[in-house]
Amino acid sequence: MKKIIYKTLIYLLLVIVSITMLVPFLWMFLTAFKTVAETMQVDPFVIIPSVWQTQNFGNVVKAMDFAKLYFNTLSMVGLRILFAILTATLSGYAFARLEFAGKKLMFSLVLLQMMIPVQIFIIPQYVMVSKLHLTNTILGLVFPGIVTAFGTFLLRQAYMQLPRDLEEAARLDGCNIPQTFFYIMAPLTKSAMVALGIFTAVFAYKDLMWPMIVCPDNRATTLASALAKMNGQYQQKYPELMMAALISCVPMIILYIFFQKQFIEGIATSGGKL
Amino acid sequence: MKKKTTSRQKSEFLWGWLFILPTMLGLIILNIYPMIDTIKQSFYKTGDFGKGNVFVGLKNYEKVLGDAEVWQSLWNTVKYAIVEVPVSIVLALLLAVLLNKKMKGRDVFRTIFFLPMVVAPAAIAMVWKWLYNSNFGLINNAFNIKVNWISDPKIAIYSIAVIGIWSVLGYNMVLFLAGLQEVPRDYYEAASLDGANGWHQLINITIPLISPTIFFVLVTRIIAAMQVFDLIYMMIDLNNPAWKKTESLVFLFYKYSFEQSKKGYGATVVVVLLLLILILTVIQIIGQKKWVHYE
Repeated sequence: MKKIIYKTLIYLLLVIVSITMLVPFLWMFLTAFKTVAETMQVDPFVIIPSVWQTQNFGNVVKAMDFAKLYFNTLSMVGLRILFAILTATLSGYAFARLEFAGKKLMFSLVLLQMMIPVQIFIIPQYVMVSKLHLTNTILGLVFPGIVTAFGTFLLRQAYMQLPRDLEEAARLDGCNIPQTFFYIMAPLTKSAMVALGIFTAVFAYKDLMWPMIVCPDNRATTLASALAKMNGQYQQKYPELMMAALISCVPMIILYIFFQKQFIEGIATSGGKL
Repeated sequence: MKKKTTSRQKSEFLWGWLFILPTMLGLIILNIYPMIDTIKQSFYKTGDFGKGNVFVGLKNYEKVLGDAEVWQSLWNTVKYAIVEVPVSIVLALLLAVLLNKKMKGRDVFRTIFFLPMVVAPAAIAMVWKWLYNSNFGLINNAFNIKVNWISDPKIAIYSIAVIGIWSVLGYNMVLFLAGLQEVPRDYYEAASLDGANGWHQLINITIPLISPTIFFVLVTRIIAAMQVFDLIYMMIDLNNPAWKKTESLVFLFYKYSFEQSKKGYGATVVVVLLLLILILTVIQIIGQKKWVHYE
């Protein structure tokens, strides 16, 4: 009997927390289909819209070019993933498995970058982007993510966990270093690459300050930074604001639901950087 | 034999540098040089209208230390961190312990708790701003109260800290769950044979055994909380009466550097933030000896 009460209490607590996590999303969804008048009515308080205002979608898409914003965001995310995996796979392998003079010093630079708050890089990075005339471009958005200290660290860990015999065998079979890396070792770190890819994607998609600084133009910027703009302009038009928020987060949520294991592991293995 | 090793060494040297070259070039251009440049800029006054920057020595630092707005924003940041970090860690640890069993719906709960982690803070802040709305918001109407969650200067920063907790809870929990996987089951069996109840097990077994994870989460959460920006930037507009009482250090950095083009002064604020984070981290690394148990 005591055990049943205990178990019920645990479930009750977990359900209460779940509701707390879900209600904001539900409220965003419901508000997105209301009229402004409905959102400003308290007696009675409107929970479900009386008529689902699907034209809110059209209004928001007309005001902000969401197709373009999605294109920008996806391009930035895609390029950052590509660069991150490419550079970190190479450097992670070298730091884990090759011996060369200067390695320790170089690796300490990698660790240094990981420990320093990103804001300290932003002013000079912005100056570089504007000198290169890359403001309001996709490349400008990608710029600080071309290489990744954190990814290097993550891939290095992955290579260090692989058994040494693999390389020895490959070497005896006459593979040189790039062959061993490319054919034997790199394919074995796929799960670390996936983790890095997901981490990079989520981090880039959520980032607000960099796109606001380098891409102030409405049509050149990312979803997050466009939301910040609308937030300032729309003030009390909550249905449209919620519709915009909904449009910008639904695809990510759907991806998350399908690949939740990879998402959770990808973000959790990457530890504290978010 | 000897010749063979040297040719191997040569080849490792060559390929090693070749492999790290893209990363190192990028890091030096994108991070190391900018870091040095930001520190350098903190000793300069940004020139007006294309005039060169003027070296001012420690003037920016003197000004920062005498600037009431900087001190207020530091205090706001600390208030945010003092609420967000401990509450999110304690709650997450509790949830992780509850979910660290074979039970129905475990994965569903985990998925739900982690959900805010994949949504942009910009969107999260918009939703919460609407939930917190004084007149028409869900929270005030559901509980029939009248609280100015984000426009009352006394509580606004704590309301924002609640969003921070809500956002990061699932993430901390997942890290703790990973730590709990490492704790051997038989420890608990032995303890329950000795008659230890759940609470005693938590205090005497679970927490000491996952103290390295707790330490890691604590250090990284404090670093992240000290850099809070997105939520505050989205929640508080300039005509909000709570504005002065919610600005964080990074918010101030953004405002000085990019809205007012006072890059030298902005750089100084961010260098001060770096030093603060460094000091906090060192204190924790020294303090960990007292409570963190490594196997």
